[in-house]
Amino acid sequence: MILTPVLTDLWDAPRSWTRATYEEHDGYQGLRQALAMEPDAVIAAVKESGLRGRGGAGFPTGMKWSFIPQGGTAPHYLVVNADESEPGTCKDIPLMLGNPHALVEGMVIASYAIRARHSFVYIRGEVAHVIRRVQNAVRQAYEAGYLGRDILGSGYDLDITVHIGAGAYICGEETALLDSLEGFRGQPRLRPPFPAVAGLYASPTVVNNVESIASVPAIIRRGPDWFRSMGTEKSAGHTIYSLSGHVARPGQYEAPLGVTLRQLLELAGGVREGHELKFWTPGGSSTPILTTEHLDVPLDYEGVAAVGSMLGTKALQIFDETTCVVRAVARWSQFYRHESCGKCTPCREGTYWYVKIFDRLESGEGTEEDLDTLLDMSENILGRAFCALGDGATSPVTSSLQYFRDEYVAHLTHGGCPFDPVASTVFAGASA
Amino acid sequence: MAYTDETRARLTADSAAIIARYPRARSALLPILHLVQSEEGYVSEDGIEFAAETLGLTPAEVIAVATFYTMYRRRPAGRYHVGVCTNTLCAVLGGDAILADLREHLGITGDATTPDGMVSLEHVECNAACDYAPVVMVNWEFFDNQTVASARELVDRLRAGDPPTPTRGAGLTSFTETERMLAGFDDGRADEGPAAGPASLAGLALYRSATTSGGEK
Repeated sequence: MILTPVLTDLWDAPRSWTRATYEEHDGYQGLRQALAMEPDAVIAAVKESGLRGRGGAGFPTGMKWSFIPQGGTAPHYLVVNADESEPGTCKDIPLMLGNPHALVEGMVIASYAIRARHSFVYIRGEVAHVIRRVQNAVRQAYEAGYLGRDILGSGYDLDITVHIGAGAYICGEETALLDSLEGFRGQPRLRPPFPAVAGLYASPTVVNNVESIASVPAIIRRGPDWFRSMGTEKSAGHTIYSLSGHVARPGQYEAPLGVTLRQLLELAGGVREGHELKFWTPGGSSTPILTTEHLDVPLDYEGVAAVGSMLGTKALQIFDETTCVVRAVARWSQFYRHESCGKCTPCREGTYWYVKIFDRLESGEGTEEDLDTLLDMSENILGRAFCALGDGATSPVTSSLQYFRDEYVAHLTHGGCPFDPVASTVFAGASA
Repeated sequence: MAYTDETRARLTADSAAIIARYPRARSALLPILHLVQSEEGYVSEDGIEFAAETLGLTPAEVIAVATFYTMYRRRPAGRYHVGVCTNTLCAVLGGDAILADLREHLGITGDATTPDGMVSLEHVECNAACDYAPVVMVNWEFFDNQTVASARELVDRLRAGDPPTPTRGAGLTSFTETERMLAGFDDGRADEGPAAGPASLAGLALYRSATTSGGEK
């Protein structure tokens, strides 16, 4: 069995979201061990584990923690990015719903390591019940003395504030998230200075993804070697792969980094019956799409990068041959236009004109020149936008033109989209 | 229509509790906007003025923030606010068809509210439930794996005041009550609903059957 449930292991337990259930499954043991260690030793353990950020960028977590300058007078902050909004990404939401105490325990350990006395979890607003579960877990942690003054008699104090967003994909970008948390429009900041030096309220700040932080308690409890026993040399550990779309059994599959889509599809029952794989995203819509030729690519940071894409959030959106790739990319482009914060010209204008061109293509008014314009625009957005949102917007456009240019051309010769949108729905063939 | 003294006193007390969560008061702006939205179902002019006064900001500064975030409404939501995901994956799997049908069924165009005030409808971007596509949200609770027919039945029951239970979430109350919870006031209903839906458990279920049947580890 290739699967390695760690974060997902508790999800089928009765009342898995409660402190009692979590404690029955070794919950808060990692915190007890961490509090008996020097903070620097905790950072060293996480470094040694090889844990890398699970929010998309893959930056080594322990190294991020070690960038916090120690010895100054400014307070330090941990901010957990729970703004999960990247299209296709759906792992942190079930994690917080089913096992919120893993996040809380991880937050206390991480905060202790970086010497923070106040930490925040920034949850997107559109997930009411997830918010309740996290609020409830934080309250239960206070009641048990895992939060507040003199935690478990260690002399260490920590408060956690659950902060609720209000609908803005851009707030998943860490500096936009910090601006939003400070009560402003969520727009990215110029870097440097990086958040480790000047983050929340211009103080040293670590921003980590939910899954990264929730992975910490088991690393402390079971040791870095245990974590490194899974995954590959440069991409260590277990992680949650999210399969969605045209698969027989979509869902969450926690496996060692480096599994392949072929292996995951086998577990998920394959592409839906009677159909075949056409294209897929390895890690959300901002990661260049891949095709059937990439079924055996190891899904780790290096493996996916080697074929010109990114591991991202491991959000594997699967589309079969009934799906029009132009329609798919047009919709993602509309999304980026909708979510562009407007701060920088390449992204604001680029996504606007993307949508104009895709409208033309879909309505049969496109030209061959439009395809070249899409590529030309993409070159002028990629690397020139203020933050990764603009770069991400180019990924589906350029990669789809790379693999499916013929299908774009078919929109020119066919006078619009040659596909039947009904065929790609889950209720195709049924009387919906 | 200005807030009554009673309303203002209540909002002032709630705002003080929100501000106390943060090292700096301005961080309370987003939750305070959720709070004022819980009063009238949208961020009204009174709400903007209240937030500005409370935090020592200008109304323009508050408006700049309120208009940036999609959850803050400029018109009242219905008692049940319905969001249909039409980002690529949900759209392809049926979200487009669901939204088109609901608009026709409810007789409303764009993002609007039914005349009886029961249901407001809008398209939403990816709501992080792609393994349950197509997804419909009601008051930000998950209604997973929808079809045109099931979504139509859902809004019919909402209009009849007989809301079905979310797939993964707490029983529906009203949009304004949800907004109060989003302002950070725990409504004590965390124990409702399941820990996880079937798709969330897909991998775990395979692992359990492989490891308990004496198969390979």
